[in-house]
Formats: sequence, structure tokens, C-alpha cells
Amino acid sequence: MVKFNRFTLDNGLRVIVHEDNTTPMAVLNILYDVGARDENPEQTGFAHLFEHLMFGGSVNIPSYDEPLQRVGGENNAFTSNDITNYYITLPSTNIETAFWLESDRMLNLAFSEKSLEVQRNVVIEEFKQRYLNQPYGDVWLKLRPLVYKEHSYKWATIGKTIEHIEEARIEDVKAFFKKHYNPQNAIMVVGGNITTSEVKALSEKWFGPIPAGEKYNRNLPQEPDQREERRETVTAKVPLNDVYIAFQMGARLDEDYYAVELLSDILSRGHSSRLYRSLVQDKQIFSEVHAYITSSLDKGMFVLEGKPLENISIEQAEAALWEELEKVKNTEIPADELTKVQNKTESTMVFSEMSLLDKAMNLASFELLGDADLLNQETGKYLAVTAAQIKEAANKIFRKDNSSTLIYLAE
Amino acid sequence: MTNLDRTLAPDFKAIDNITLIRPEHKKLDNGCNIYCFNSGDQELVRIEWIFGNLRFDALKPLLNMAVNSMLTEGTGTLNAAQIADKIDFYGAFLQVDYGYENSQVTLYSLNKHLHSTLPVIMDLLTDSIFPDKELETFKRNQQQKLQVSLQKNDIVARRDFNKAIYGNTIYGLGASFENYKALHRDDLIAHYKEQYQPSNCTIVIAGKIEPETLTLITNTFDKGWTNGDTPADTTQPEIESAKDLFYLTEKPDALQSAIRIGIPIVTRSHPDFQPLQVLNTVFGGYFGSRLMANIREDKGYTYGIGSGLGPFKQSASFFIATEVGADVCKAAITEIEKEINLLKTELVPDEELDLVRNYMLGSLLGSLENVFSHADKFKSIYFADLDYDYYDRYAATIKSITSPQLQELANKYFHFESFYKVIVGKY
Repeated sequence: MVKFNRFTLDNGLRVIVHEDNTTPMAVLNILYDVGARDENPEQTGFAHLFEHLMFGGSVNIPSYDEPLQRVGGENNAFTSNDITNYYITLPSTNIETAFWLESDRMLNLAFSEKSLEVQRNVVIEEFKQRYLNQPYGDVWLKLRPLVYKEHSYKWATIGKTIEHIEEARIEDVKAFFKKHYNPQNAIMVVGGNITTSEVKALSEKWFGPIPAGEKYNRNLPQEPDQREERRETVTAKVPLNDVYIAFQMGARLDEDYYAVELLSDILSRGHSSRLYRSLVQDKQIFSEVHAYITSSLDKGMFVLEGKPLENISIEQAEAALWEELEKVKNTEIPADELTKVQNKTESTMVFSEMSLLDKAMNLASFELLGDADLLNQETGKYLAVTAAQIKEAANKIFRKDNSSTLIYLAE
Repeated sequence: MTNLDRTLAPDFKAIDNITLIRPEHKKLDNGCNIYCFNSGDQELVRIEWIFGNLRFDALKPLLNMAVNSMLTEGTGTLNAAQIADKIDFYGAFLQVDYGYENSQVTLYSLNKHLHSTLPVIMDLLTDSIFPDKELETFKRNQQQKLQVSLQKNDIVARRDFNKAIYGNTIYGLGASFENYKALHRDDLIAHYKEQYQPSNCTIVIAGKIEPETLTLITNTFDKGWTNGDTPADTTQPEIESAKDLFYLTEKPDALQSAIRIGIPIVTRSHPDFQPLQVLNTVFGGYFGSRLMANIREDKGYTYGIGSGLGPFKQSASFFIATEVGADVCKAAITEIEKEINLLKTELVPDEELDLVRNYMLGSLLGSLENVFSHADKFKSIYFADLDYDYYDRYAATIKSITSPQLQELANKYFHFESFYKVIVGKY
């Protein structure tokens, strides 16, 4: 149970406070309701590039990192297809520094040409390091456009191509800031050794004067249901063949989300899972095999991935995966197996309460979904899932005409 | 509201005292030591069974690792699937981890399920059988993973660097396909019997430890767990670094080159080690470091660059690691050298040093997130034969070290021409 208090400033900034006096530290987490899905198709990779620029100094504070390090703090951020999230951890006695820094960059950035120039280069190197110079690094650049034809999930957060990043101009950066970075599009969570009244006073002081800005109204083209089998084969400089099968699945807030997540656990969580036991240990088809979901806010992906052993053909590997999928479609999973993944989920929730930062990020994510208290209802929802619901979900998702198969062949 | 001056930083406080939770100690009759960290609100514990690795054998270099990895693959009474099922059913997490010096088994469990999960651990530690079929699967899958790893420039650079610095020891080992092929069940069993015995085991428990929890644990791992005939030989061979300083692996199609540069350096028991940690932080040990400021934030040559001290019990290294655009590899190395030389010729300005002091103390405080972190701090000194005064000296050094001392240290240890340099990609 993660307790919290909540208030909203006049300018629309939502603030959540989680008091935890077992630690001398505090966390300030700000989630901006903008991700790669909100980008212009001709300017992809922008939300992520922008995340880098958020560290290039703000209107009144030339350096973001330095004053924070000076008070013993650390920070980082990440961008996904749905959100951009920034966080600071620091000794709670110095929490005001976090308010000062975060409020100034929500107010306005410095927008320096030098910073843009350098961060473009840094992001290009990131593109190379993570997506191009690694075996299988480009998988999301290939798989996303196979699964999504209309929705902006069809590009990865790093962007479609390096050119989009190279061509980013300072005007674009300013427009992006104006559109997405204002109090109405943000959720702030402050946690740790602090009190709600302190946080209220500091929020009013530092964030209160920031203009509300315009509310961004998202209107993305939704992805139509898939009705044909899709397939792509690439020959690449990779050491081993690799098979990916991705299916469209529902959105994070869909009712069957919990059944689908447990389904992915049954297939692939840990060494007692079905795919590992059957395809790695017993039948010796793959050296490794995984199943996971993307938990996207719009229509998501259910992904299977496996590297077949050298004596196994791609056809055999695919057939073996489908055989396992047919089993969960045709037969309800036994009660013990369901209890096992439910228990695992329950204890994972308890363990995540050991980390202040995890708690803060979770509260912010669930507030974005509609109510931070959903966090405390999660376990109950997983425990309520039945074997029949999982079977139903499997039948809905694991259809040939809902599949996108990507094969890497080693050169 | 109108008087808010956003250009002025709020007042802040320096961090003065950091309190570490120290463990309660208990020694079992069979020689196993138990350390307990009792704190926290959640009804759960983390229990670690930690065993010293046996002496490195260059002809059979993977035994420590293979034995540890295969502990979950079958016992006299449970097969791999049954082990996984038993643990997963109770929502527990079982991990086996292998390091250079120790191997361990870790259990995360809700307290209420310990009576069901502990017997499984006891079984792994006393009755593992390393079945042939699972061993073959392990060997084959590890070789497949190695094929993928060897395509990653940063991994190849790290292997080459460790080999040069640590020579023919466990620290310098880069496993080969042949090493995996040479694994045999009989060797694993003999190794297991020698390593996994109570006199070579330390149990570290962290979480909410009720008296009955502790009784349950001591009862399980005292009675019925006995030592074998031969005590574990955990001594290690001497380290001999390579003579050659320069290693280039060319990859004609590389978009980026992995660089790893460094030297062997004093271990944590040496009085210079903690001052070196401050010097390392200034140089490349945090996001605002000189390497990051110059090579990422000013030049844009890389997504990330950093330096570190790799402290082992027997030896240590100082290293710089990065992946840079293939066309700027030489330029990046020139900048690294420039930054090394700056440490030797110019004093670190007070403002920068103050920032690093506060940053390091903040990191230390922030690294104590929960009771598990306190146990981790203990393990870090305990297995290096250090005492809690190590942390007192660490904090004192951060607070009191001066710029001239740092400069002297840089001149004592950092000679760029005698650094080992490894490049994988284009040069």
C-alpha cells in the first residue's frame, strides 16, 4: 500500500506527495504527457532529442546538472513512445534545489544553438551505439512499422532515421516546448522524507507562477485491427538466426490487460515458464526464448522472440512457438499455474515498495492513467483474473492474421 | 510571489553524518557465519548464501561459474522444473550469481513462505547433481551467447583489457568456446563438493527478521549441513600484467569504436585508494565529470564516457571506457590524454572540488535506499577484509582532501604513455 496526498495548482499542475520518513532522501519526479507517439511523422525522434535538450540550461539557470550535484543530488530521464519522465534524487534537506531547477525549466529553456548542436551529435552517437552498431540493434526500427501501419507507434523513440535528428532546428525545438511542456501536461510526484505541507508551500512558490499554457489535445490516428499475416526476412551481420513474432494487443486501460500480462508470464516468466521449459529445456529448439508485452497506452504489442539452435530451421522454430500458443488457446491453464504467476506478481508489487524512486514513478504513471490510487488496486486486479479470461485473451491475440513475423538470418 | 529571484539557488546543507546499520553476528556449529540486518516495514527478507570461489585453474577456468549457474538445474530429489515451480509458486525469487571472488545463491521471499522456500535452497546446497542433459544445454546455450557477445565491440574491448591487466587469472579470463566444451560433469561435482560447504559459507539476511524467522533459518542450515573432508582452497595465483600496452582489433564496418584505457592500481586497503576515488570522480566518475563535459557535452563524440576504479580483493584497476564515432576515435583519445595531463599540471579549482565532495556524499547517502543497501555496504567491506572504519575514512577523505593532494596523486599514478590502450573498431 503506497499512501499519498494530492493537490492541483491553479495553473493545472497535478502534485502527488508520498511521505516516507524511513529514508534521508527525497525524490522529485516529473512526468510530461508527451512521447514519441506525439511527433510529426517528418520529425521523428524529437521527443527524445528534446529530453536531452532539457539538460542544456534553462532561462534563469545556465547549468542544470552542476547546482544539483553541488547539493548531493543525481538525476536522469527517459523517453518512451508514450511519456517523457524526469527524476531527481537528493538529500531531503536540499529538496528546494529540485523545485528551483525543475520549475525553471518548465518555465522556459535557454534554447542555445550550441546545446542543440552538441545534443544532436550525442543522440546520433546514441543511435549508432544502441541501434546500428549492435547485432539485432535495429529490431525495433523494423518491427514497429510491420505491426503499425497508421498509428505513430510505427517509429521507435530514437526516430525513423538519423536524418530526422540531423535536421532538427531551433524553431522546431521551441515549438515543441510550447506545445507540450507546461503545467497542464505534467504530473509531479514528490516523495521521501518530506511533508505534504512543505511540498505544498514549495510547489506554490516555484511552480505556482508558471503560466498554465495551452492544453494539448491528442488526436492520433488509431491503428486498425490487423487482418492479414505480415512477414519480413532480413539477412544481416548477426551471429545467429533470430525469430520475432509480434501481435497486436489491447491498450493499457483495456479490461483484459491483466489477463494478457499474466499470459505473457505463463509463457515466459522465469525458468518454470512454458516456453523455457518446453522449447529450451525439453525440445531443445532455442538457446533463449522470451515473451513480453509493451504495456502501451494505445494498442500495444505482444512479442515473442527466440534464437533457434544451429541445427534448427526457421520453419521448425516458428512451428514450435505456434504449438505452444495453440496450447494456451485450446486448453485452460491449470489452477496451480495461474496461482503461481499471480503470487509472483503480488510479491513483485511488495518488493517494488522497497524503492522510493519506483514508488514515485509508479504514482506518476497511474495518475496519468487516471488516478494514482490505481497503483494500490493493481494486485487485486491480477488476483481476480481467471483461467477462462486468459484463454479468451490468447484466442483473441494469437491469430496468424494478427501476427507480424520478423526473421533475422545470419549472413 | 513577485519577489522570487529564480537566478539565485536556494540555500542548501552539506551532508555531515551518515549512519550505517551494522549487522548482528552468529556463528553456527558447522562454521557458517550469519549476519543479520533487521529493518523495514515490508514482510519480506533477502537471504544470501555466499561462498568463496576456489583457486583459479587455467586448464578448467569455468568451473566456479558453471557450478554456480547450474545449481538450479537439478538435485537428487527435484529436477530443474520442480525447483523453479516450487520457488515461483510462493512468489519468491531465486537467483544464482557468480563473481570473480565469490559465488552466491540469493532468495527473496515473503516471510510467510520461508518454511516452503528454505528447504529448496538446502537441497540446492547439499544435493545438486548437475545432470548431463542440462549440462549439455548449458554448454550449448552459453556458446551461442558468446557468439553474440563477441560481436559487441565494448564487450571485446573489456575482455582484451582485463586479459592485459590481470593476465592468466580469474580476473583476466575471457571465456572461449573451447573452455565451455571442456566442462565435464565429474569436475563440476568435485568442485561443488569442495566449494559449497558450510565452513566456506557466509549467510547474509536483510529485511524484517522476526525471532522465529531467524530460528527457522539457523535450524535449517545448521543441523544436517556438514563439512566435507577437504576444506575449500580459496587462495588465488599471483597476477602478472602483460608487457604490450596497445591492442587494436579492427572492424572495417564499425560505426563506432570501443575504447578502454587504464592501468593496474592500488587496492582498497591502500591509503591512496580513497583519495583516488575523489580524483576519479572529478575526472570521469559522474555525469558532470571532465570526460563527459569535454568529450560528450562539448565535442559530441559519444553517447557516454566514464572512468572508474575496479577494486578487487587481490588487485584493482583504473580505467576509462567509451564508444565513440569511428571517425573521431583518434581525436577522442587525444582529448582523454589532454584531460589526464590537466590533472597533473593544474589544481582542481575549489568550486569544482566542493561540488564533487557534495556529489559524492550525496551519492553515498542515496546509495542507502533500504535495508538491502546496508547489507550490500557490509558485504563490500567484509569480503575485502576491511572494517566499518573504511566508510568513516571514505567520508573523511571526501570532506578533507585538497587540490594539491589530488595533483600529487595524479602525478604519482597517471602516466598516459604507460597506460594500457585497447581499441575495437576503427582507429
